Amino acid sequence: MASGQVSKRVKFKSSVKDPGTPGRLFLTLERLMFKPNSPNSATKLNMEFRFVKNHKYTKEGSNKAPMLNLTSSQGVSYIFEFESYDDLHVCKECVGKALSKTGETPKPIDTSEVPSEQPSTEELLLRMNMLRENGELQKLHMRFVSDGILTEAEFWATRKKLLGGNFSKKSKQRTGLKSFVLSDTKPSTDGRTNKVTFTLTPEIVREVFAEKPAVHQAYLNLVPRKMSERDFWSKYCRAEYLHHAKNANAGAAAAAEAAEDEELALFLKPDDILASETRRKIRCVDPTLDMEADEGDDYTHLPDHGIVRDGSKEITESQHEHYRRTLSQELNRHAAVVLQGTPIDEEQLKDTQTVAEALKLSKQGENASNEETDMNTNQDRLSRISKMIEIDDLQASSDLPLAPLSIKDPRDYFDSQQATALKNSRDTSIGNDPVKRILSTEESYASLRDSISHVKTTGLINPIITPEAAVKVLSVLTHNISSTKYDIGKNHGLSFLDTLPNTSKEELLYHWTSLQELLRHYWSSYPITTAYLYTKVNVVILLSE
Amino acid sequence: MTSVPSKLYSDDVSLVVVLLDTNPFFWTASSSLPFSQFLSHVMAFVNSILLLNQLNQVVVIASGYNTCDYIYDSSSDASQLGLENGKMPSLYSNLLQKLEDFMIKDEKLGKEQSQRAIKSSLLSGSMSMALCYIQRVFRSGPFHPQPRILCLQGSPDGPEQYVAVMNAIFSAQRSMVPIDSCYVGAHNSAFLQQASYITGGVYVKPQHLDGLFQYLTTVFATDLHSRSFIQLPRPAGVDFRASCFCHKTTIDMGYICSVCLSIFCNHHKKCSTCGSVFGQAQSDTSSASDLKRKAPET
Repeated sequence: MASGQVSKRVKFKSSVKDPGTPGRLFLTLERLMFKPNSPNSATKLNMEFRFVKNHKYTKEGSNKAPMLNLTSSQGVSYIFEFESYDDLHVCKECVGKALSKTGETPKPIDTSEVPSEQPSTEELLLRMNMLRENGELQKLHMRFVSDGILTEAEFWATRKKLLGGNFSKKSKQRTGLKSFVLSDTKPSTDGRTNKVTFTLTPEIVREVFAEKPAVHQAYLNLVPRKMSERDFWSKYCRAEYLHHAKNANAGAAAAAEAAEDEELALFLKPDDILASETRRKIRCVDPTLDMEADEGDDYTHLPDHGIVRDGSKEITESQHEHYRRTLSQELNRHAAVVLQGTPIDEEQLKDTQTVAEALKLSKQGENASNEETDMNTNQDRLSRISKMIEIDDLQASSDLPLAPLSIKDPRDYFDSQQATALKNSRDTSIGNDPVKRILSTEESYASLRDSISHVKTTGLINPIITPEAAVKVLSVLTHNISSTKYDIGKNHGLSFLDTLPNTSKEELLYHWTSLQELLRHYWSSYPITTAYLYTKVNVVILLSE
Repeated sequence: MTSVPSKLYSDDVSLVVVLLDTNPFFWTASSSLPFSQFLSHVMAFVNSILLLNQLNQVVVIASGYNTCDYIYDSSSDASQLGLENGKMPSLYSNLLQKLEDFMIKDEKLGKEQSQRAIKSSLLSGSMSMALCYIQRVFRSGPFHPQPRILCLQGSPDGPEQYVAVMNAIFSAQRSMVPIDSCYVGAHNSAFLQQASYITGGVYVKPQHLDGLFQYLTTVFATDLHSRSFIQLPRPAGVDFRASCFCHKTTIDMGYICSVCLSIFCNHHKKCSTCGSVFGQAQSDTSSASDLKRKAPET
């Protein structure tokens, strides 16, 4: 459904109760068109999805007819009634895609820099649902994405967790290989008839092909043209038997046989394909991890510990050196194959032919990609080595552009209140007393006692408080109480937000969440390596001020 | 700041312990509020508290320069008797008589001791006495009035009492006794501000001292039950900055003795509060005391 029209029979209504005019609805990715059945009626509709602001659907489970409600940016709503819910779903998908497409407004300058991943339709639908359900998210989305400040991809990048619920079900895990060395199953020997029987199952065959690419190649070349499968396998088994034979002359015997039979020789000599593969892998070793990795490290040519495949430990060199395989090589190769896993499924393990074909196909794919990377590897490697050699201290400063955030000290807001409060409370009538003559201790006590006796004799002052003073005090107190409710940031146990009226509280929270969003994108754009990021950062800063 | 654990008060019977500042050095120097006027306001206020509820109790403790003592206890029988002067009811005459006796005692004690640098009243002593009285009330049975403490203070804070005052504040917080403060002195008292803040009381520094009575009845007469729905004035900020113990200057950064947590503004060899000797400085800062930053809580 990438492009193309969707056309359904619908009834176009202006409101839910309206019986509606029957006609056809055409939906493409850019516009929608409605053509009524009777050419005389005036209710034609032809508009682009750009103007559609919102879309609503009736739920499938409810008893209502399947309807789609599109709201344009001018506020007019168009209602279409479908014939069935399936139609509705098809149109829903189309509308969703069209709307999300128009939602991605043109981006500034370097659009080539933006990672161009087209989200799948399911993801789009998920996003639509999320936006519909979460009003806050919708507001943020409208503010940033619709205005072109952030792209859809960036907006949803931080919310992968919200979207990722369904996707885990899709990825299938591949079953791995057994670590048991299948390719090494010993044949059953028949003591009486001196016959040796090898049993081969498709799994064993798969492993053999995976571990020994030369054998695989030989199989593809020879079977079924040159020799039958049975012959091929008997030659292979013979070669194996020769390897495992515990004679001192094993090497010589192998060489003799190899000279006779060139196919046998294939199985006996070291695996060239394997060697070239390992060499390629060595080249790809990351120089930042191991600068010394080079071609001498390929394990097929390593001097090993002298343990030969047949269990003997002789160190004698013989001319037939390369006909002997060593234990370490085999184990390494098997381990590499097991870790890599198998690219073919269980169903393909029917018989050797299919196994061979399947492996060949998968290898071809690998080789193609390998060639590409090989070309770049060397370049890559050289550049990385040069980077590693640089000493950080001696470098010139990397001039990545900086876009500074203006961060204000929050203490300015809080401490200043305290300072002014303290200042205010200091301006009282008791302040700078005129310096009276400093009384001695006895005099002080005496004067105090005098005051007490004065009170005793004259009684309390009459009136205790003048009405003017009382009024003054009361007004000061009430003013104080009402003003501190709004001035201070913290009340005992009462959060400041709760004391605000609802609308300003919501506005404040909206500003806060959008600022958080902006900051998140700001920090993720560092270090600023491309012009796109630079402009983005500047826009973010502008907005946050 | 740990919030005061809230207590449900079922009725408005209250026990107010008034800590009266009788520091002569302060009162003789205070020009805007003479002591006699102050006494009138306070005594009228005490009477009005007793009028609010039949079961209300008031205890007045005087904090002098050298000593503290109970001046008046409304629940004792002795308060009912007394000289009935034509000018005032017996409540007042008892109180005044006791006050006068207290002043004599205070002066006598002062003759033997040396004078302090900062003429502060013994706030810590009177607070401790108040708390002991309140503890006794708590243990007197299930039907006791809800106690609170009202500090009427004008003298400056004495830095040598810092530890004792903080201890008293914390034990008041623990017993859920709010400490209200009405400060009639010149500059704000950090001790009282912290006391009210920590215990959940009210701190007021009246601007118009001729209307002190109005302040007292409007703000401090509210009982604890009513405070849940009556808005009382709260200070805009609390000055949590500590004062250094040597110069009484408020400081942001200083040295702290790790034994008694007293604060100094510069390096000392020996803590003047607890007497512990600080070790040799190994680098810039000495090993026994830390350089800590005390920031005001926002």
